[in-house]
Amino acid sequence: MDLVYMTAHELHDKLTSKQISAEEVCREYLDRIEKVEDRLKAYMTVTGDLALNQARSVDKRIASGESIPPLAGIPIAVKDNMCTEGIRTTCSSKILYNFVPPYNATVVEKILAGGMVLMGKTNMDEFAMGSSTENSGFYTTSNPWDTERVPGGSSGGSAVAVAAGETVFSLGSDTGGSIRQPASLCGVVGIKPTYGAVSRYGLVAFASSLDQIGCFSRDVTDCAVLLNLITGHDPLDSTSAPGQKTDYTGFLNRPIKGLRVGVPVEYMGEGIDPGVRAVINDALKVLASQGAVIEEASLPHSKYAIPVYYLIATAEASSNLARYDGVRYGYRAEDPGDVVDMFMRTRSRGFGTEVKRRIMLGTYALSTGYYDAYYLKALKVRTLIKQDFDRAFDKYDVLISPTSPGTAFRKGEKVDDPLQMYLSDITTISVNLAGIPGISVPAGFSGGLPVGMQIMGRPFDEGTLIGVAHAFERDTDHHARFPEL
Amino acid sequence: MITIAEVEHVALLARLELSDEEKKTYSDQLSAILEYAGMLDDLDTGNVSPTAHVLPLKNVFREDSEGAHLPLEKTLQNAPDRDGNFFKVPRIV
Repeated sequence: MDLVYMTAHELHDKLTSKQISAEEVCREYLDRIEKVEDRLKAYMTVTGDLALNQARSVDKRIASGESIPPLAGIPIAVKDNMCTEGIRTTCSSKILYNFVPPYNATVVEKILAGGMVLMGKTNMDEFAMGSSTENSGFYTTSNPWDTERVPGGSSGGSAVAVAAGETVFSLGSDTGGSIRQPASLCGVVGIKPTYGAVSRYGLVAFASSLDQIGCFSRDVTDCAVLLNLITGHDPLDSTSAPGQKTDYTGFLNRPIKGLRVGVPVEYMGEGIDPGVRAVINDALKVLASQGAVIEEASLPHSKYAIPVYYLIATAEASSNLARYDGVRYGYRAEDPGDVVDMFMRTRSRGFGTEVKRRIMLGTYALSTGYYDAYYLKALKVRTLIKQDFDRAFDKYDVLISPTSPGTAFRKGEKVDDPLQMYLSDITTISVNLAGIPGISVPAGFSGGLPVGMQIMGRPFDEGTLIGVAHAFERDTDHHARFPEL
Repeated sequence: MITIAEVEHVALLARLELSDEEKKTYSDQLSAILEYAGMLDDLDTGNVSPTAHVLPLKNVFREDSEGAHLPLEKTLQNAPDRDGNFFKVPRIV
């Protein structure tokens, strides 16, 4: 089998039995990047020399007889909104085009400590604001299943890099679906853990009450292994949840007989592509055949999630993005007159259209006279949305829906209508508002394009999600289909 | 409806300089988005408390102890302009 489509657990066996070296694995992936990258543009920066050095040091450990950790020598790419010391971190924004972080994000420290090989930084919608990667300040990433189509977003580069064999793993961030939706559109596994489960120290902030780091992988087993490495409390992140570490691999290979599955009607009705709905119904039959009990559920406040999300996320973003002023890092406008002129021109030229639109919306929602009507109102309706989930989880172990209402759309199709673009997030954003975990797994194809199934669970119950996702994967082979490139 | 004057006011608060074309576009698009958000008024939230974030955390404390910090040179390495150990900016007043 092709090395570039192997899973980490397969590669680990080959490394420890010395059938192949970490350097050979790394070279294979760098060759693959070289071969497909001009068509896909998944990466912002490829760190080839660094990757080879990291791979060689893993080979030395293997040669010396050391028993290596499960992910040592395994390639990983990191979304370009996580700080990497000495490696440019742009957020795909012109305002950070030259930013070289002086420190590593906690997740980056963790993957390096685990011996993983950093292949580079991936393209994204600018500041993670978007659902297609078309809002990147530099270039659009293409979907490997059809390069005329978008890969989803905002972690589009990270999804594509895994789907196209340009890395084994990648890290992404998910504020309203930015891991799950591109995972769905590219046919890979993507998980957004519970809010607070993975440290966000060193993640460039977009909407702080919603942002969460998670990962992309080729299968559910790999997802569990990487989750083990990246989760856990971090004193450097005050929103990081205290608690014991969980071994997520302990949830693999579990029977799901008697599992109570709720399917929210609001996520299967109007607005959901019939082809997508058919794939999800077939996927539910697979789970039912293993003894899961499938029932219709309801999240009655679902339709309010879009306005709630766009008011809260933009309000938080307008505050978080106030720091880009040209003073301490990043782009500064040329020949500023005075300091206010410098702020105004730096921000106007450095930010792209969507980012400015969201700053404007968020500033408006927080401004005098509108705070109660928009921002506070949104926070209250957020409570109602969260209560919908609390009630559903009294009755069900997991909720299942399509990850995205449709398959990958054509480039340019939604760029001129921001509201249409926002509506494509309908199935994912409530999960962020409620702070619960969600995973997208490849569930089938519609019109030759991948369809993802979203499994949602109780807070900090990623284990059950892994168990259900793995049960589905054992009886299907959608995750083992790869795009022809 | 968000007027051009309102767009200009918000842009100033956000420290953004917008072209006439951008003002018009944002006026139209923000109006459409806020009109859509108007559906929230259908809900009676009189007795609902707001959720700012979902974690059961209040104040997070730690020991006040010495630790590592970024060296000065690294802190200043990305400065668009500097003067010795200071970030340099244009005239403020």
